[in-house]
Amino acid sequence: MKELVYLSDVVTLELCEESCNGCGMCIKVCPHEVFELSGRKAHIVRRDYCMECGACALNCPQNSIKVNSGVGCAAGIINGILNNTEPSCGCSGSDSNCC
Amino acid sequence: MINKSYYNGSISVSDTTVPVVLDYLGYKDYLGAIMVRWGINRNNYRVNPGLYAVGKPNESSDVFVTANYKLTFDHVRKNLYGIDGWILVLDTKGVNVWCAAGKGTFSTNELVKRIRSVSLDKVVAHRRIILPQLGATGVAAHKVKEQTAFNVHYGPVRSSDIQKFVGNGYRADKEMRKVTFNLSDRVKLIPNDFMYGKYYLLGAMVILFLLSGLSGKGLSVADFSTNGLTAIVNVLFAYMSGIIMTPVLLPFIPARHFSIKGFYTGSMVYLILFVLDFTGDSLLENFSWFFIITAISSFLAMNFTGSSTYTSLSGVKKEMKFSLPLQIAFAALGVVLQVIGKLI
Ligand code: SF4
Ligand code: SF4
Repeated sequence: MKELVYLSDVVTLELCEESCNGCGMCIKVCPHEVFELSGRKAHIVRRDYCMECGACALNCPQNSIKVNSGVGCAAGIINGILNNTEPSCGCSGSDSNCC
Repeated sequence: MINKSYYNGSISVSDTTVPVVLDYLGYKDYLGAIMVRWGINRNNYRVNPGLYAVGKPNESSDVFVTANYKLTFDHVRKNLYGIDGWILVLDTKGVNVWCAAGKGTFSTNELVKRIRSVSLDKVVAHRRIILPQLGATGVAAHKVKEQTAFNVHYGPVRSSDIQKFVGNGYRADKEMRKVTFNLSDRVKLIPNDFMYGKYYLLGAMVILFLLSGLSGKGLSVADFSTNGLTAIVNVLFAYMSGIIMTPVLLPFIPARHFSIKGFYTGSMVYLILFVLDFTGDSLLENFSWFFIITAISSFLAMNFTGSSTYTSLSGVKKEMKFSLPLQIAFAALGVVLQVIGKLI
């Protein structure tokens, strides 16, 4: 089956290849194969597949990755607007993909 | 009363007692899983945080870290079938790994605290802990190492791959690392979304039922009984279009925006209802129902972004900026046309 992809050119993911040491951690934690390692550096190869989960940025020992992370959830954004807070998701439904 | 049907005695290590849990599920576990998917008793579906054992683990056995949501915990112990291992349960307030990591309860701090509180360094001789990959959103492996000397190994996304992962020398291959969103994943989410939106459903039904009794002569009981039922059916179909049809057909509906997908399914549902003669006699009434049905379907489909495994916050924000005003306009227009249609 074809792989689902969300909107193009919206994600805030940024990688500073200069400071990257090629440890490969970002590749291990990314659930959507956004990075690839070549020439001892990580590269963003599938930007539009990024869901802004933030796992790569948090686990990069070199602080080479920046992303505005959060849960992409309409109900959460509406809650945020109504209560004047950050988007917060009830997030009760996502059992299926979790260990 | 807390259900403890999954305990199987205890073992003592260093100077503490560790409960042993079964590596298979009983009927009570399955029953609980069904109930929790429908939102019944959800908040009590927790396991006490701390250390557990499956089989007969010793100081060289693996340590698997998980959340204290019972469904999650059940998945892990079931998938450790036949293995001797330790399960370290973090306090995630009864929320699964993925959501808890996003919310910051499945976190570096909680993991470090839990490793210390169970004296994990005395229980095992090695310094290797296995975390579900989706926990990486909340845990920084290099910081855990700094603070506890334990090496975090990110395991597979799905706990059903745990044994393969271990057999592979603690390496997750590409397929194990990837989050999928196939039909069975999506269908499992439907009951929960159905319950989530139930107040929208009731509200819309009540409003359109009341409108159905309206006519140039004021409210009439006769109109309620003839038009009221079709109004309720139409709203129910619009609801199912957003909550069931859109998720099930997700990959096959053109457009990337969830709200547009929901608009398409809503349009299809409108056509079906039109053929069944449920959408009124006048052109005005038909337009009104088209707007109302597509607005409801589109809004609910957009809410499914929260359950999907590939939408980004930036994307959803962008989508909503464009869709939410349209949805509100469609709904308002639908109701106004409905009123005008009744009064002329
Ligand atoms: S985790 Fe950071 S340092 Fe390691 S490969 Fe990725 S970007 Fe480079
Ligand atoms: S934010 Fe998440 S999905 Fe995006 S690149 Fe990083 S790990 Fe992958």
